Amino acid sequence: MGRGGSRAAPAAAAPPWHVLPDEVWEHAFSFLPADSDRGAAAAACRSWLRAERRSRRRLAVANCYAASPQDAVDRFPAVRAVEVKGKPHFADFGLVPPAWGAAAAPWVAAAADGWPLVEEISFKRMVVTDDCLEMIAASFRNFQVLRLVSCEGFSTAGLAAIAAGCRNLRELDLQENEIEDCSIHWLSLFPESFTSLVTLNFSCLEGDVNITVLERLVTRCRNLKTLKLNNAIPLDKLANLLRKAPQIVELGTGRFSADYHPDLFSKLEAAFAGCKSLRRLSGAWDAVPEYLPAFYCVCEGLTSLNLSYATVRGPELIKFISRCKNLQLLWVMDLIEDHGLAVVASSCNKLQELRVFPSAPFDAAEQVSLTERGLVDVSASCPMLESVLYFCRRMTNEALITIAKNRPNFTCFRLCIIEPHTPDYTTHQPLDAGFSAIVESCKGLRRLSVSGLLTDSVFKSIGAHADRLEMLSIAFAGNSDLGLHYILSGCKSLKKLEIRDCPFGDKPLLANAAKLETMRSLWMSTCSLTLGACRQLARKMPRLSVEVMNDPRRGCPLDSLTDESPVETLYVYRTIAGPRSDTPACVQIV
Amino acid sequence: MSPPLEPHDYIGLSAAAAPPTPTSSSSSSSSPAPRLTLRLGLPGSESPDRDRDCCEDVAAALSLGPLPAAPKAAAASAGVSAKRAFPDPAQRPGAAAKASDDKQQASPAAPPAAKAQVVGWPPVRNYRKNTLAASASKSKAPAEEAASGGGGPMYVKVSMDGAPYLRKVDIKMYSSYEDLSMALEKMFSCFITGQSGLHKSSSKDRLTNGSKVDALKDQEYVLTYEDKDADWMLVGDLPWDYFTSICRKLKIMRRSDAVGIAPRTIEQTGEIGAALSFLSH
Repeated sequence: MGRGGSRAAPAAAAPPWHVLPDEVWEHAFSFLPADSDRGAAAAACRSWLRAERRSRRRLAVANCYAASPQDAVDRFPAVRAVEVKGKPHFADFGLVPPAWGAAAAPWVAAAADGWPLVEEISFKRMVVTDDCLEMIAASFRNFQVLRLVSCEGFSTAGLAAIAAGCRNLRELDLQENEIEDCSIHWLSLFPESFTSLVTLNFSCLEGDVNITVLERLVTRCRNLKTLKLNNAIPLDKLANLLRKAPQIVELGTGRFSADYHPDLFSKLEAAFAGCKSLRRLSGAWDAVPEYLPAFYCVCEGLTSLNLSYATVRGPELIKFISRCKNLQLLWVMDLIEDHGLAVVASSCNKLQELRVFPSAPFDAAEQVSLTERGLVDVSASCPMLESVLYFCRRMTNEALITIAKNRPNFTCFRLCIIEPHTPDYTTHQPLDAGFSAIVESCKGLRRLSVSGLLTDSVFKSIGAHADRLEMLSIAFAGNSDLGLHYILSGCKSLKKLEIRDCPFGDKPLLANAAKLETMRSLWMSTCSLTLGACRQLARKMPRLSVEVMNDPRRGCPLDSLTDESPVETLYVYRTIAGPRSDTPACVQIV
Repeated sequence: MSPPLEPHDYIGLSAAAAPPTPTSSSSSSSSPAPRLTLRLGLPGSESPDRDRDCCEDVAAALSLGPLPAAPKAAAASAGVSAKRAFPDPAQRPGAAAKASDDKQQASPAAPPAAKAQVVGWPPVRNYRKNTLAASASKSKAPAEEAASGGGGPMYVKVSMDGAPYLRKVDIKMYSSYEDLSMALEKMFSCFITGQSGLHKSSSKDRLTNGSKVDALKDQEYVLTYEDKDADWMLVGDLPWDYFTSICRKLKIMRRSDAVGIAPRTIEQTGEIGAALSFLSH
């Protein structure tokens, strides 16, 4: 009822409420935190698909072969941050043949072409060459973040290109890569006018860096929050650097061993006292116990402590950790032993994540007194503990049941009993009961690694109870095909399954072939598979890529081998890109 | 011994207890052990042509309730709607149950590897393995030095600023600083000649016959070494024999980068001057 002027048209002519301009939907979708939520929204209808994909800024490609780089660029033209992961997880342990694939180059090339505004690139377990790094430096004028995790194939020459070419670089984060040292002073190539660095992590670099240049860089980058040095930086230089960057939040120390000098100690102590914002500490290779007290002034503020490369042991280590009352994350070596973990349990009540690494994994003699006791203590006293990685040599069902009762809030539970097939050492029974208790109690469990002596029945429990489980790692376990069948027919949320040295054969694989398309990938090595089953699987499921590798008889072409030929390693993943063309000789796609 | 499994779930699959047999990998020579026969097929699949009676060991029937471990394949008739979609392969490599002794069993035979250690187990990342090995050897090295006075060869890396690759020398092969310097000259001359054009004017007139002071001042490079504390020191201060026992690495540094190396008076570096004279052309 307007007065004068035009009247509103009758309601029938107004557009329906859900036909809104794309910009409105894009704005709405920007509030969706998780990629999976955005994916779900995109699947609702065409207009949402259009709006979502055109506004997607962050893209995570969990398997670089699941889609081609061009697919990604075409579908999401506005991406600013991309993360791509390559080799399967077991590549970390040497089970993937060299030159398997996962080249970063096609992704960099496609990004350079289709995403010129990209600001962040992360690669994990991929082969990144110096050419890739040069292309990154040359192609993206607002490039800010480079993160390389467990990658290989590049050298300090590539780093030099990044330093010289990326004017707006904020983060250079190199984690556990294999970097060839060409003795190129890449750090010197950051121009004098360059001040934007917030994160610098070169801890995995083996060679020397020019300390003077580093000091100048640290001095002029006033926003530097994360600095992780490599093993070549000695202790006295560390003190100098800290004085120049007292605003630092995360520190990875360089070499932390030196003969004890009181002067150096006081210098360090004073330097640390100036770092009021320090929250995360790592490094400390070959840490010498006498220097640990220099850290005492920062202990109270630490939320994250990674001493997993520190071979220090004894009372100084424990005293040091016990002062870190606000720790949320603790990574240590098993040198901490049970009594050390008991102290952690009583001191660090805010602990959320614990990882205990083996100091002598390949030495059969038991030198370190780290048992199930330590984990039981920590799980009893740390109510927020939700993520555990624990290497030990013995375990009992009772301990696991206790742990499960204490901590139903686990999201990640990875137990590695070092010797395969180790039973409960008090009852000599398999550890089925213990792990079953874990999955029954921890309803939110997303990641699980099992070890020790296990029969098929534990997999029945896992299949039935682990509804939220996304990643499962199995080694030297199970008795028969049933074990695998239980997993594949249960575990509603399973995304990644990796299996080695288990007596699982063709039948459960083929019986549950459809399940594989709901998963990201399946790895099976040294199981009981035959080529015939793999061929069948490939025939039935055209949207899976079925790769076989490492077979001793792989000299002859795949076609000439019979169905009965054993398959050493099978890697299956879903893909929309069809079979890849960059396999080495020892890998073949069925 | 593995407890006999008789799960009675809705598909009524069961497995008989298996005799202890170590699992073998893809080698097909292991004796066929009792194994489960799954009766599930993919929808729409045809009956398998069972050319072999592979169920002589164990049969499973899709039925509710306890199952006898009847060895006959005739059990296939028991109300199965899903059909097997695949023939059993002839020699099934060890789908055997694992023996579960109270003692730890030897790890199942890995792919025909001669060594006892299983590949990739325990699951420690390569990066971590390498780092631990490096630090272990570093902590052992001083002990070794103390122990073996004139033992085997002592290879140290030699790097040079600007050179694309490093070299290694056995410093026990040399008897003095001069010897070492001559050898290094031979090794690195190819890199130096590339640079010589830049420095001709300044140092050419001040070769060794001139005062040692001048030679030092004008040379572009200094020779440094890393000792067991990982400090970089100027070469030449110590008696040769002691030097060989503590030197870890050598580096031919540009003078401009050698800031922070302990400064020494010129007289003390007399030997150095002679040793490094080759670098000044």
